[in-house]
Amino acid sequence: MILNIQDVTKQYAAHKALDNVSFGVPEGSVFGLLGPNGAGKTSLIRIVNQITAPDTGMVSLNGEKLRPEHIHSIGYLPEERGLYKKMEVGEQAIYLARLKGLSRNDAISKLKFWFEKFELKGWWKKKVEELSKGMQQKIQFIITVLHEPKLLILDEPFTGFDPINANLIKDELLRMNQEGTSIILSTHRMESVEELCSHIALINNSRKILDGEVKEIRKQFRTNTYQLEYKGNAIGFANSLWAGYELIDTEPNGEFQRARIKMLNNNSTNDLLSALLPNVEVHSFREEVPGMSDIFISLVNESNLQNEGGSHE
Amino acid sequence: MSKISLIVQREYLSRVRKKSFIIMTLLGPVLMASLFMAPIFLMNYEDDVVQKIRVIDESKLFTGKLLNSSSMIFEMDSTTLPIAKATFDADRHTAILYIPGNIVNNTGSVLLFFAKQPSLGMVTSIEKTLQKELENMKLQTRGIDRKVLEEIKTKVSVNTRKLTEDGEEESSSNLATVVGMIGGILIYMFIFLYGAQVMRGVIEEKTSRIVEVIISSVRPFQLMMGKIIGIALVGLTQFVLWIVLTITISSVATSLFIDDEMMQKQMEHRQSALGTTVAGQELEQLQDMQSSNGLSEIMSSLDAVNFPLLIGAFLFFFLGGYLLYGALFAAIGAAVDGESDTQQFMLPITIPLILSFIVAQSIIKNPDSSVGYWFSIIPFTSPVVMMVRIPFGVPVLDLVISMVSLIVGFIFTTWIAGRIYRTGILMYGKKVSWSELGKWLFYKE
Repeated sequence: MILNIQDVTKQYAAHKALDNVSFGVPEGSVFGLLGPNGAGKTSLIRIVNQITAPDTGMVSLNGEKLRPEHIHSIGYLPEERGLYKKMEVGEQAIYLARLKGLSRNDAISKLKFWFEKFELKGWWKKKVEELSKGMQQKIQFIITVLHEPKLLILDEPFTGFDPINANLIKDELLRMNQEGTSIILSTHRMESVEELCSHIALINNSRKILDGEVKEIRKQFRTNTYQLEYKGNAIGFANSLWAGYELIDTEPNGEFQRARIKMLNNNSTNDLLSALLPNVEVHSFREEVPGMSDIFISLVNESNLQNEGGSHE
Repeated sequence: MSKISLIVQREYLSRVRKKSFIIMTLLGPVLMASLFMAPIFLMNYEDDVVQKIRVIDESKLFTGKLLNSSSMIFEMDSTTLPIAKATFDADRHTAILYIPGNIVNNTGSVLLFFAKQPSLGMVTSIEKTLQKELENMKLQTRGIDRKVLEEIKTKVSVNTRKLTEDGEEESSSNLATVVGMIGGILIYMFIFLYGAQVMRGVIEEKTSRIVEVIISSVRPFQLMMGKIIGIALVGLTQFVLWIVLTITISSVATSLFIDDEMMQKQMEHRQSALGTTVAGQELEQLQDMQSSNGLSEIMSSLDAVNFPLLIGAFLFFFLGGYLLYGALFAAIGAAVDGESDTQQFMLPITIPLILSFIVAQSIIKNPDSSVGYWFSIIPFTSPVVMMVRIPFGVPVLDLVISMVSLIVGFIFTTWIAGRIYRTGILMYGKKVSWSELGKWLFYKE
């Protein structure tokens, strides 16, 4: 575990931002930190970055309790991010890199490399206010990763990017991840979670309601439902499903008929296919895997309902 | 520590390199120097135009008495007023001066006719000349010599001596007032100008959203102090440059434009304004007065001012006051979302400052009042008030108490400001009330 969060609670006056939150971020993972607005994600991220401290509980990085020096091994791209508008791009990047502990010369040589890579070379002497929003975002990204942190924490990193630049960033993130950087991604965009994350934690109303490996979570939430497209006699199709399967619904789809089938008992997919094959021509067959966004919505709604129920007691 | 110095460096350089800083630094001394120079220039320009005045003297008392000066030429004319008025030629004469026959009994009956409004200076100068002549005539009829009268005129000046344990010490009421007041005004101005800059800087960081990027690398308190210190250095730089440039410009200007001839001219001008009959003697007296009572008095009282103490105290209260208020200004900047929201929080800061300025003025009248004592102890008013008190002589104990309480006050406001700051800078899009600020003080980190 590169990051371990243990029973962290944070209270702001009447509002509890985090309530006994615990989870671990495995080394080398891309970890999705999910949750609706105001759930407590930013509070948690600020604690990890030592901007604030938890009331109770402990955060450890690589097994060590958080210390001020640790900020040098973390790169943080906040959701609310900006630059000094009147300052020159290069000078500003050097300044921010030096605050992260890089020497001036180190900062310059590393910045040169990144500016070339991101096609920003001609902008070194320009003032930030002359740059487009996308370019400013690129510079913020560079500043975040420049000191080669072991742990990257990115809060909504893709907002403000066009699809081309979003892909550029995504590729860089994957490359860094392959080279060993652990990444925490806080986002609402479920498609990037599906695409990038190996692990997630879901926070709602200051509490963690789910965490673990994405594969496992998917398995946990699978409903044993399959989608099948076939050609042939619909009655024969229905008849072959009479034992051990439940036909949820069926509808025509072009030249095929599409059906959703839930497995009952312990039947395997092979059993289903062998039951069907004599009667219809199977065109396609796949498991209906719950999307992260479905899991997200159903879990959040469920926990909100529980909360409401709890408050009535 | 190195991170604070990085921040200080950025705050300093980014401001010093700004065009507005360079312009203000250059313009300030020019404005100040021109403030000194303007009266002298104006006086000389006025002299350039020679006023020709046609005099109709029905009393016949002033024949040969109205002497021409560099700026005014009197032409005696024996015609009557109606003719003179009818033949008035604005190109040849500036004005017609009509002195009626009964001037001695009716001094309000002198008339001046003109086409273009004459300067106030010219009217006063004519009034003075006539007045002096009439006085001379009256003196003569009563048998009093003007010289005797001049000798009778007496000027008394009281030299103040302060009794101390070491004997007596020359004190310096007048100069003390000036020196103290200038010190106080400088501190007052500095706090307002640069305190507001601290506030604007914090607001800029907050609205541009860079603040969260920075405080993931440094502590909020480091960022706040770095900014306050950096701006203090900007202010000191500007002050030093202003002083150096002002001195340079005014000394260069003085040597260029005000040569001996001009000084001579000025003397003559003053002399002609005062009247001409006893010119030589008066000039002597004038010079006498200037040298003995003016300059030397100032020089001797300069000696009496304890300059090392004054400068030391000035630097201390200057920085102490700025740091105390700078932290509060930073807290306001952190609490609001934009400059337009600052009003409600600015008031409690400006009130003690303005109050200290009012108290400072009352201290000049009564340096040892209890009001003065208390306001020079309270850290929110002491920087200005103490500066005004020091040249009058302040017991060492008072000074020590005041300094200690300023340091304590500075630590206290910085502590409060630090707590408001670290919460406020991450609070976006929220209108903050006073009670909210109070809660922030007790948030755990």
